[in-house]
Amino acid sequence: MALLRITSPHTQRAGHRTSWVMQMVILATIPGIVVQTWLFGWGTLINLMVACVAALASEAAILAVRRRAVSFFLKDYSALLTAVLLGVALPPAVPWWVTVTAVSFAIIFAKQLYGGLGNNPFNPAMVGYAIVLVSFPVPMSQWIGVHELVASGNTLSFMQSLQAIFHQLPVIDSYTMATPLDGFKHKDLLDSETAFASLPALQAASVNSWLWVNLAYLIGGLGLIALRIITWHTPVAVLGALFVMSGVFHLVDMDQTATPWFHLTTGAAMFGAFFIATDPVSSCTSNKGKLIYGAGIGVLIYIIRAWGGYPDGVAFGVLLMNFAAPLIDYYTQPRAYGHKKAKSGLKVGGDH
Amino acid sequence: MNTAQVFSFHGGIHPEENKTQSLQLPLGRPSLPSELILPLGQHIGQSSRPVVNQGDKVLKGDVIATSNGFLSSYLHAPTSGAITAIEERPIAHPSGLSDLCIVLHPDGEDRWTELKPLNNWQSIDKAEILAYLSNMGIVGMGGAGFPTQVKLQGAQKSTLSHFIINAAECEPYITADDTLMREKTHELISGIEVFQHLIQADKVIIGIEDNKPTAITAINAVIAERNSNIQVAVVPTKYPSGGEKQLIQLLTGQEVPSGKHPADMGILCQNVGTCVAVHDAIYLGKPLISRITTLTGEALTSPQNVEVLLGTPIEHLLAYADVQHSRLNRLILGGPMMGYTLDSAAVPIVKTTNCILAASKKEFPAPAPEQACIRCGMCEQACPASLLPQQLLWFSKSQEHEKAEHYNLFDCIECGACSYVCPSSIPLVQYYRHTKSSIRDAREANVKSDLAKQRFEARKARQEAEAAEKEAKRLARQKATTAKSAEPKKAAPVADSIAPTSKTAAPASPAVDDTKKLKVDVAIGKSKLKKLQKQLLDAQENEHLEDISALQLQVTDQENLVAELEKQLAAVLESAPSVAKVPVDDAAKKAKIDAAIAKAAVKKVEKALKKAEEMQAPEVDAIRQQLKDAQQRADELEQALSSSGSVTPKATSPATPASAAELDLAGQVKKEKIAVALANAQINKLTKRLANAPEEAEAIQAEIDAAKQRLQTAQALLNTLVQSQNSTQENR
Repeated sequence: MALLRITSPHTQRAGHRTSWVMQMVILATIPGIVVQTWLFGWGTLINLMVACVAALASEAAILAVRRRAVSFFLKDYSALLTAVLLGVALPPAVPWWVTVTAVSFAIIFAKQLYGGLGNNPFNPAMVGYAIVLVSFPVPMSQWIGVHELVASGNTLSFMQSLQAIFHQLPVIDSYTMATPLDGFKHKDLLDSETAFASLPALQAASVNSWLWVNLAYLIGGLGLIALRIITWHTPVAVLGALFVMSGVFHLVDMDQTATPWFHLTTGAAMFGAFFIATDPVSSCTSNKGKLIYGAGIGVLIYIIRAWGGYPDGVAFGVLLMNFAAPLIDYYTQPRAYGHKKAKSGLKVGGDH
Repeated sequence: MNTAQVFSFHGGIHPEENKTQSLQLPLGRPSLPSELILPLGQHIGQSSRPVVNQGDKVLKGDVIATSNGFLSSYLHAPTSGAITAIEERPIAHPSGLSDLCIVLHPDGEDRWTELKPLNNWQSIDKAEILAYLSNMGIVGMGGAGFPTQVKLQGAQKSTLSHFIINAAECEPYITADDTLMREKTHELISGIEVFQHLIQADKVIIGIEDNKPTAITAINAVIAERNSNIQVAVVPTKYPSGGEKQLIQLLTGQEVPSGKHPADMGILCQNVGTCVAVHDAIYLGKPLISRITTLTGEALTSPQNVEVLLGTPIEHLLAYADVQHSRLNRLILGGPMMGYTLDSAAVPIVKTTNCILAASKKEFPAPAPEQACIRCGMCEQACPASLLPQQLLWFSKSQEHEKAEHYNLFDCIECGACSYVCPSSIPLVQYYRHTKSSIRDAREANVKSDLAKQRFEARKARQEAEAAEKEAKRLARQKATTAKSAEPKKAAPVADSIAPTSKTAAPASPAVDDTKKLKVDVAIGKSKLKKLQKQLLDAQENEHLEDISALQLQVTDQENLVAELEKQLAAVLESAPSVAKVPVDDAAKKAKIDAAIAKAAVKKVEKALKKAEEMQAPEVDAIRQQLKDAQQRADELEQALSSSGSVTPKATSPATPASAAELDLAGQVKKEKIAVALANAQINKLTKRLANAPEEAEAIQAEIDAAKQRLQTAQALLNTLVQSQNSTQENR
């Protein structure tokens, strides 16, 4: 009888595999998906389908080209997660080829060309998002409005959504409107108070719809923390920095800036803080590092929202901090057991 | 009052405990096996030295192997019987190693030798108790097997704030300590008291996980009954709270500084098993010959704890616990987190074996294929040493050893918590072990190359010193030569007559060189040995157990080397020819060098002259004169050199006719001696031929006679020569 020879440890925590981690993150987006579908129509779900098919197809293709075990890697659910994150981030009625471009670019260029899962320096979903945001600005800015405020007085029906996504919908303009962030960005010479009183995008119905979306992602995110898939450090740092930045500048200039509450509950604030910034592969490792990394993202989100060229800044904020993550890692080693203070910096072997 | 404050440590995991299986049955006592296999290295440090021979009869408790150095221990016969062999047997080791074992065939009588308890331990010198414990073969039974007397010696050097008794037993499945505490509570407390008598710590704390309520109650009862001031600290069940560093943090809130030992911060840790062994030794006089071991795992029908004699083969115990061989898939020595697999059940129980885990395939399925690290950070949250396992994995994979060290790889205690939680099934600990050993190898190579560099530099310095000495001698001689160069002709004939002598001296010079070299080697070897011995002493004092055995080996090697060199030196000195010839040879060398230097001087002056002529300097004439002088000196030296073949040594030093004649005489003596030897050899040869060829006897006999005659004349000549030589020497 041959006995198995293997090194310790001999047990593993049952069931908690990488695929489980990915599945849980996907599941945690469900509240957000439900709210988005409820508010903005079927487009989100159709986007998700398109994104998932595109992701699996491009992942399988590139794995085959790279001569890797296709089914083994498809089963880790990481491609699907990228697809889901992109699917909910893109506008609900965006043409299908935008979604496919974003997803396939994310999978092929941002992930697999760097060596696949675990080796990508940048968040693949955000790379895909940034690519289509820069390349196709018009469809990317057409966000479906809440039915009370849009010209047609309704959300897109399922057939209309399909038509908008796969063919063309001439009446699409009567269903879309600026998001609150977009509206606030282009308030031009109006001061804040007037803007909130007059601009359609900043009416209570519009602002509240985004509050619901953010709350839904907050719930999903708290679930991830409860499952210990993410730690509180990154989201708290992102939201905290965003709060501090918006709070300070609001105090300095009440007339031209929005409240911290507005910043925390519109756009992709919660989605970014809990689902995007927490991507472990491209973010920092230590708890201290995560705090710095998250705070950087929060600050960048505010800077881009306030003074940048785009209404929201999650994608670029995350990508910019991805660049900084390795450096932050070098300076934020935790203090190991038995050491008086933590080692830091790039200098190697300074402790001997 | 008896409960201590409990702190917490970073990370940790909660694997399924699986401890109840082995606690269903009472403590078992297996029958005597057909043979007991006792490895000589059951502890950290030098292996014990056997004191029995094959065929010897021993009684239970007799010493069969003694301590073999500072960091070593005794070994006793676990039962009465006969020694059947002292040979290599497979032992319990991660690599499936074999080692020297004493094999004992029990006679079944289990007859004790005379037991001598140390009843007066409270009144005698503590050093005596330590020596007694060493004689009883007591080593740490928690896992490492560190000889207890050595650990106590280290602890006695400083005042101790805490004496911690490790009863945490955090590994899943294992219940050996739990059982021990339930069965031998009184013995445990007595043992702790003996320790406390030896070290006098401020606080005595038993650290125990809260999953052992029965043991906790039993201990509390005994402590109350004895009115003892031992504290019991119940720590939450979390792996690896039983790790020495983690338990210290749990009970004191302090961390053991990296690279230091608990003793350095005034803390001593002992396992409960060791305390009971100390009790048995002191009060009952029983040496360490048995221990409690857990037999568990799904492949066993009746898992349980057993009190087992050291040396019992594991297969004997598996049979005792009704193993189902069809289900047995993995045989683990130790727990599931840090134990290692065995490939044979023939290996014996040793002093540190706390668990045998006979696992089925269902229980411990083969690990899932390794996936990419997604840096999820679960390992980091689980790491009790607050490391960044995901970064360490990265550096291990890319073999960036310096970075791995910078990220404190060597603070990893290999507890396996990171591997346990890793969602990508990465065998992290395996990567770290590999990287650690690569770094250790590289360090050793570095040390070696440093030594080589030192040797090289020392050699260079030596050569430079020799060159400087030569230069000084040359300068001194230069003065003499200018005086003597007037009479080189006189020296020449002397040189002629000397030639054969210096030729025969030539083979002697390498021998002389050898002697010198050997002497230097011996000196170097001795200093190195001294250094190593000092290092060893330091290591022993500071309990750097990793270094001790390596150093001990190095010291032994060095001792052997020095002894060897000394032997060689002695041999060379004996065989070396008369030292008188050394200066001759040296002188010849010196003369050659002088000639070379003189030539170089001529060249230099020529150059200077040329330059001066070019520049039309006024000192041209002076330089010309110099050149002439130099040329002359060079010519003289050259002449002397060529006229003698290898130059006459006396040309450079006062050569008196008397000494020349003496040398002449010595040459003749030598010649005659050779002639005598030749004749002798010829006679021998002829005699041999005579024996081989009796038909030519007459002719050969005649030849022998002739040779003998030659021998006689040569002998006579030699005698007269020697006489005249002696007389000239007396005359001087």
